[in-house]
Amino acid sequence: MNKILVSGKVKGIVLKSNNPINFLGTVDKKTGIISDKNHSLFEKSVKNTILVFPSGIGSSVGAYTIYSIKSNNTAPIAMICKKADLTVATGCALANIPLITIDDEEFESIKTGMKISIDTDSTIPIHYQ
Amino acid sequence: MELTREEESALKGEQGETMQMAYRILVATGEATDAEKLIPIEWAHLSGVNYNTIGDAGEEFLSTISKDARVTVKTTLNPMGFDIDNVSNYKLDENFISKQLSIRNSYETMGVIPSFSCIPYEIFDIPKNGTQVAFAESNAAIHANSYDNLKTNKESAFSALASAIIGKSPYSSLRKEDTPNVTIQMKVKNPNELTYGMLGFYAGKIGDTSVNISGLGEMDQRQCKAMCGGMGTSGTCAKFNFGEGNPNVEKIDFDEKEMQNVHDELNTSEKGDLITLGSPQLGLNEISDLTAKLKGRSFQKRCMVFLPRTVKDQAQKIGYITELERAGCEILSDCCTCLTPLICKDDVDAVTTNSIKGAFYLKNSNGVGVNLKSLKEIVEDETR
Repeated sequence: MNKILVSGKVKGIVLKSNNPINFLGTVDKKTGIISDKNHSLFEKSVKNTILVFPSGIGSSVGAYTIYSIKSNNTAPIAMICKKADLTVATGCALANIPLITIDDEEFESIKTGMKISIDTDSTIPIHYQ
Repeated sequence: MELTREEESALKGEQGETMQMAYRILVATGEATDAEKLIPIEWAHLSGVNYNTIGDAGEEFLSTISKDARVTVKTTLNPMGFDIDNVSNYKLDENFISKQLSIRNSYETMGVIPSFSCIPYEIFDIPKNGTQVAFAESNAAIHANSYDNLKTNKESAFSALASAIIGKSPYSSLRKEDTPNVTIQMKVKNPNELTYGMLGFYAGKIGDTSVNISGLGEMDQRQCKAMCGGMGTSGTCAKFNFGEGNPNVEKIDFDEKEMQNVHDELNTSEKGDLITLGSPQLGLNEISDLTAKLKGRSFQKRCMVFLPRTVKDQAQKIGYITELERAGCEILSDCCTCLTPLICKDDVDAVTTNSIKGAFYLKNSNGVGVNLKSLKEIVEDETR
């Protein structure tokens, strides 16, 4: 079942990570590039993507990082997670980035490069193109 | 989550951008924690004050929203990075000081009481039993739920701030009747505050939102605070109930072996270069007790004592501060051991403390060694 944590309407291309993301210290605030060598998205930019990942981890201060990347125009346009953690939920709320949680099966079916449209007012909030 | 028409309208932005953002935070938090509605709160206590933790992003955010955000309920504040009265004695750069003062300004502009304390339960009057509050500081949330008959979740800095602005919080987990599914059985004999800190740390790793703890004898205020501080550090758990609880719940012992494991995890040095007392900050009773213990004695190395400004002012009038300074203590108000920028690994290899909460952050955030000792041992070993 989809759960809408932050609403919105966007279209974009998926960048998916099977690792959780610790926004504080993993994502460069100026560029939106993942700077953690041990992360599967190392050197990739989250800018203007629909970022799909299992959940956020780490310090709740990471919410400010999400706010910062949005202020610097390097943020994802939407996020999709398996599990709602408070850091990502509040970060997306601060930054007004749509956030939806989905079940395991739907998470498995999403791949990097897919085109997706999100409309949280619609009965089917995620539409695969 | 069900919203009233007025709440829906605020979420759509009909009451301005700041209210819209505050509602977005509460709705996102509520959905993430399975709350069905928002309920009124009477008191918010905010974290996210120390520039050392929130950084430039936090400072900029607070500066922006303080232009029009105002708190609508009584709102108190966690410690910041330094005590302005003696900041020049420490190696803090101009940038740190000006950013910290900007953060202080932003909160004051929003109408927050600049209490800079992690022990609001000790320096403010406690509302009547069952009052809903929103406390972000973990030790304070646990103390409020476990000792003060208040109700709060372990709020994030953001949900507490949004709650302060709106005057409501999501109605989730600990605000309702919460029955722990595990009981920790305290088995360690002759416990001191360090033991209770370790018990709290252990329980916090096991409990999800709340735990029962049995086998607790009479505890003094220092021990209660140590347990709340320890528990808040290690997990998400934000309440303990006294007693065995339901007979069917899982029972787990806290005995010498379990205590030793916590000790080994946090105690990384044989001795410290300096001593810190206070995380949580010391209250007036603890200051009075410390003054009595130090009578005719002096520290042989630096000892930093952290306390709220209101406690410092009272202690000054009674004469405790003069006595403590005579004994070699550095008295610091408005700040705390926890996440302090005043202890730097370039100057200090290891710190002696009786605080489990302090130990955790000194080790993991300041990157210094930690030498755990009870206050009794500290006075015996480190003063003459």
